[in-house]
Amino acid sequence: MPDKPDAASQVRRNVDVPEGLWIRCVQCGAMIYRRILEEQLHVCPECDYHYRMDAQSRIAQLNDPGTFEEFLRGLESSDPLDFSDRITYRERLAQAKVQAGDSEAIVVGKGFIKGRPLIMGIMNPNFIMGSMGAVVGEKVAAAAERARNESLPLLMVTCSGGARMMEGMVSLAQMAKTSAAIAELDASGGLYIVVMTDPTTAGVAASFAFLGDVTLAEPGALIGFAGPRVIANTIKATLPEGFQRAEFMLEHGFIDRIVHRRDLRSEIARIIDYCNK
Amino acid sequence: MSSEPTAGNPAGSPPTYVLEFEKPIAKMEQEIQRLEGLQGGSGRDYADVIAGIRGQLQTALRQSYANLTPWENVLVARHPRRPLTRDYIHLLTKDFCELHGDKLFGDDKAIVCGFARMAGHRVMIIGHQKGRETREKIEVNFGCAHPEGYRKAIQKMQFAAKFRVPIVCLVDTPGAYPGVGAEERGISRAIAVSLMEMSRLPTPVVAVVIGEGGSGGALGIAVADQVAVMQHSYYSVISPEGCAAILWKSAEQAPRAAEALRLAPQDLKRLELIDAVIAEPLGGAHRDPETAAKNVEAWVGKALRDLRRLKTETLLRRRADRLRKLGSAFIETPPTEPAPPAKVRTRRTRTASAARE
Ligand SMILES: [Zn+2]
Repeated sequence: MPDKPDAASQVRRNVDVPEGLWIRCVQCGAMIYRRILEEQLHVCPECDYHYRMDAQSRIAQLNDPGTFEEFLRGLESSDPLDFSDRITYRERLAQAKVQAGDSEAIVVGKGFIKGRPLIMGIMNPNFIMGSMGAVVGEKVAAAAERARNESLPLLMVTCSGGARMMEGMVSLAQMAKTSAAIAELDASGGLYIVVMTDPTTAGVAASFAFLGDVTLAEPGALIGFAGPRVIANTIKATLPEGFQRAEFMLEHGFIDRIVHRRDLRSEIARIIDYCNK
Repeated sequence: MSSEPTAGNPAGSPPTYVLEFEKPIAKMEQEIQRLEGLQGGSGRDYADVIAGIRGQLQTALRQSYANLTPWENVLVARHPRRPLTRDYIHLLTKDFCELHGDKLFGDDKAIVCGFARMAGHRVMIIGHQKGRETREKIEVNFGCAHPEGYRKAIQKMQFAAKFRVPIVCLVDTPGAYPGVGAEERGISRAIAVSLMEMSRLPTPVVAVVIGEGGSGGALGIAVADQVAVMQHSYYSVISPEGCAAILWKSAEQAPRAAEALRLAPQDLKRLELIDAVIAEPLGGAHRDPETAAKNVEAWVGKALRDLRRLKTETLLRRRADRLRKLGSAFIETPPTEPAPPAKVRTRRTRTASAARE
């Protein structure tokens, strides 16, 4: 991420916003009182920079108060490859659980947005970069199935660095699994709404994230297949300004609307109504 | 790691490009060639000596190829003289009728499509083409497809499916092309659509990884009823070099990453991600492309015979079930999981939701 290195490193420390009572905005440098930032849904009141949100904050923000019911809670990877690099995958999972405050990189369940019931999946950037392994794939497929069985709209709020390489081909296979599940929902006439948030890339972008009937994106979200650094190395040139940001994807015709975080609830509700769902 | 190899001879002639672990083998092969050259002119008979070296050569090949490390297997999969999609088309098909273009943007030469007669079936072939000589490699972007490649592939597949022509996919790519144009033209969307549409093509689909199964770019044409990987091919979520660079902070650790990723065909079979491993001739497909092609033909022929017996409805149900189960065996449910409470909720009265109640 050549243009916002600070934002990226903040998130890798597993906080969506910098520590402290007062926060210096990573984009505009303004000093913001933490409580104000939280009240503004983690969006900078000065420059509209959308900070990343963990799954629980996102669930609270999107749903009518107290309406969200999680399903398939607690599913965990059995470490199919017995993988280890500098640490074992099992250790990595244990750390991720603590850091993310969730058992995996997605939470799925049923919720209500402005009174409209729907099935949703909310990804968590703090759990191994929101990466997709067997558990994420299973939960996405199950959510699509639930949406089909209950004739409810499906909402996916994506936030992921892609497939989880510590699960090897098991993780790549989840791209096929989730896409096939969306195909079945589609065939049943189900409505599928995607909200892409920063970042939505690689194996998640190239599967269920880009299969929505309608694709919304938060401002400034990084959206793409190959990582910017990989592309820069391949073409041996600097990338164009704003490359792979939501605005770039809108310009090139792959996003329906860019929606400010404060407007997501009303936009989703409006689309559900237009689709008579 | 090996440096970029120079282009070898066309498949079929003796290897000119030598992998590190193959050096003793190459020496014997050269010696045989040298003696065969002398055989005619010098008046001496080297037949016994040649036969002796041939024996040693077979033993050496058997020993080294039986114990390839995952990384060595990757190197064989990338061997510059390994048969490519167009070689298999040449060796296995009759009456190949190439079909170009995605009818939207262009004709991506990194993916070859066309009708052919193969293994006793009329099929649609879809395959990545990596290119052999430098000029062809550049033309096909080293087998790295752009969005138009996946759109071309799915357009041909849907055409074939309309007439229930079975589809044979030959997978051989380091990955989808990582470039500005690919992103501008929606490579993510193109692959995603390919995955979704392949999952519901109303015709039998088989896929064979013939060389490199590089990540989403490979999977983009590999959602199938039956999937096979050739013995010295690999199929991986990320290249060993890429994985090593991220997790070990050094691309030099690629051999360790290759091992950790379990990307060799036998591992993939054990993980129930593929259906079959297609045997290769001793010393790899590049030593004997004809035998490699025959083995591919036998597997494809049988797989298609079995699949064509199924009613379309059954075929699609089975494919959906297969895809739905991918990876499910590797999920644990903690015993503490409470049963979901049955809840009654008041909700906004709306015609649509009321009708469903
Ligand atoms: Zn700001």
